Amino acid sequence: MIPFTSMTAIAAPLIRDNVDTDAIIPSREMKTVGKTGLKDGLFAGWRYTQVGGRDPVPDFILNQPAYREARFLLSGANFGCGSSREHAAWALAEYGFRAIVAPSFNPIFHGNCIRNGIVPVTLAIEEIVKLADAMPAPIHISLEEMQVMGADGTALPFHLPEEARRALLLGLDPIGQTLLERDRIEAFLAKDALIRPWIYPH
Amino acid sequence: MSKTLFEKLWDMHVVMDIDGDAALLAIDRVLMHERTGGVALESLKQAGHRVLAPQRAFATMDHIVDTRPGRGDATLMPTGTAFIQATRQGARDAGIHLFDITDPRQGIVHVMSPEQGILIPGITLVCPDSHTCTQGAFGALAWGIGSSEAEHALATGTLRVQRPGTMRITVDSQLGPNVSAKDLALHILARIGSAGARGKVLEYAGSAITALDAEGRMTLCNMATELGAFTAIIAPDQAIFDYVKGRPFAPKGADWDAALASWQSLSSDPDARFDTDLRFDAADVVPMISWGTSPQQSLAIDATVPTAQEVAGRDSAEAHARARDYMNVTPGQPISGLRIDGAFIGSCTNSRLSDLRRAAAILKGRHVADHVRAICVPGSSQVKAQAEAEGLDRIFLDAGFEWREAGCSMCFFAGGESFGPQERVISSTNRNFESRQGPSTRTHIASPETVAASAIAGVIAAAFVRETSL
Repeated sequence: MIPFTSMTAIAAPLIRDNVDTDAIIPSREMKTVGKTGLKDGLFAGWRYTQVGGRDPVPDFILNQPAYREARFLLSGANFGCGSSREHAAWALAEYGFRAIVAPSFNPIFHGNCIRNGIVPVTLAIEEIVKLADAMPAPIHISLEEMQVMGADGTALPFHLPEEARRALLLGLDPIGQTLLERDRIEAFLAKDALIRPWIYPH
Repeated sequence: MSKTLFEKLWDMHVVMDIDGDAALLAIDRVLMHERTGGVALESLKQAGHRVLAPQRAFATMDHIVDTRPGRGDATLMPTGTAFIQATRQGARDAGIHLFDITDPRQGIVHVMSPEQGILIPGITLVCPDSHTCTQGAFGALAWGIGSSEAEHALATGTLRVQRPGTMRITVDSQLGPNVSAKDLALHILARIGSAGARGKVLEYAGSAITALDAEGRMTLCNMATELGAFTAIIAPDQAIFDYVKGRPFAPKGADWDAALASWQSLSSDPDARFDTDLRFDAADVVPMISWGTSPQQSLAIDATVPTAQEVAGRDSAEAHARARDYMNVTPGQPISGLRIDGAFIGSCTNSRLSDLRRAAAILKGRHVADHVRAICVPGSSQVKAQAEAEGLDRIFLDAGFEWREAGCSMCFFAGGESFGPQERVISSTNRNFESRQGPSTRTHIASPETVAASAIAGVIAAAFVRETSL
């Protein structure tokens, strides 16, 4: 996973509530048994004129030349609701998005972002709308300082739980980290097998 | 100190605390399906990790597998066969239990797991599927995760979890005769919205909840992800213990006795505190249906489509307009009477035997309207076999419904079968998102009873209206 410390980039405004994972990556665009080959399917239902086609809808934000280099996305409440498909985070990451700024996130999607080097930034909708109104202009997102710096220099603080922040800052591999605790896991299982033997097939 | 049911389950499973409010939690059961399972298993193998406890992991085919009679690995979903085969191969290589296409135990993961006794009270259970909250209905801590977390759970037997907040919804009194768990779920969604339980473990309690059977509780908990919840949970009681007893993977003999004794303490202490505590009255719940493109955009079936002003606190004007235009409905218009093109009974929400029985009771001796394409997809091969033993398949077929093999089927569109563009479909499923059941398809979600009654009427219609008007 690519670490995220801070970055300056343009943010594409897609200010809609309840942007669901079906919209982020339609199931029909999940074509291979893998985590790649998804960026062209990102927002396919809104981005292209036809199902399965690749003719761009000119008005759609990602098709506008000014947003070609966007690395952040501004959106509405409950972003990433719906299916747990991690393909939504994979598609966003592969496209090049490094942060999503929204008033709230679906919890599973939030976790999937952390696992894939995308910073889920929670700000009030009024602040997001203000950022959107100033687009296209670069904004600065710092995970070290936990703040978004608008084009006008306004600093907007945000919060992330420490475990998530550390994972993003260091680009940690959680499986590798947890496997370092193998002895504690085995000790737990040995003790638990005595307390709850029915959990462990024997 | 008094604890909520969730806190008791959390404490039982903590291997170690991590920073702040996170912990490494022991995971008792991992479930997978071919949409996300194959990816996780393949990635795990590539990384050189082995599955720590394959005997506590299970895979089934539900999302991509065809539901037309005579099915095999071939599927209408483009490239779908590769997912089926990768999941099969991955499960075999890892030694995971596999309920393959022709296995009589095959079914939608949240239908087959309780059926097989994989789901029992008191466990932690995860699955890379957002509707895993369904399985909280038995007093398990069961939640949906992404594929990377599934890999983590398989490789380490644990997950690193940020401790979620708590919420309780107490539903007093009793649901009325024409109302079922789905209506209650939509009623709550319409009241508190699609982020109403965001990130919380939502415990359902109260007399209307304990009056639900095991299957009704699963329907209610299923929709918790539509509230943005981390998961839902219900304290297990005798109805659940009776359901679990004797199932293939359930504890047996001395294990059963010990498990049962432990399960009987699985409830929130009387003075336990929840971050949010709400009360509803079941007597207020009427048959419900969605009108828009988010499950919170639901209303009483005898109500009119709301104006933007009426839902101003919930939907932005933009979201309201977008939903109205997409669904081709007009504020002020009654939702009942809208002509439908399709009717679908199935999904992890409402495809269990009791759901099919209630729908069949309405369909018996009647026929769906000529212009309606109606489909019933049992939730599991076992539900299908039981329904056929009772003759329910004949009722559905005689009424003009297709009778399918088990799976998720047309609950969602993935490039295979779908309803047509702009077609209006009434569906016993859980999501009415744009293009969920097909490109530009308009989905209204409701109970299986309402789907059956509407299929007959050819328009959106409440099940109880049928008694007098047809």
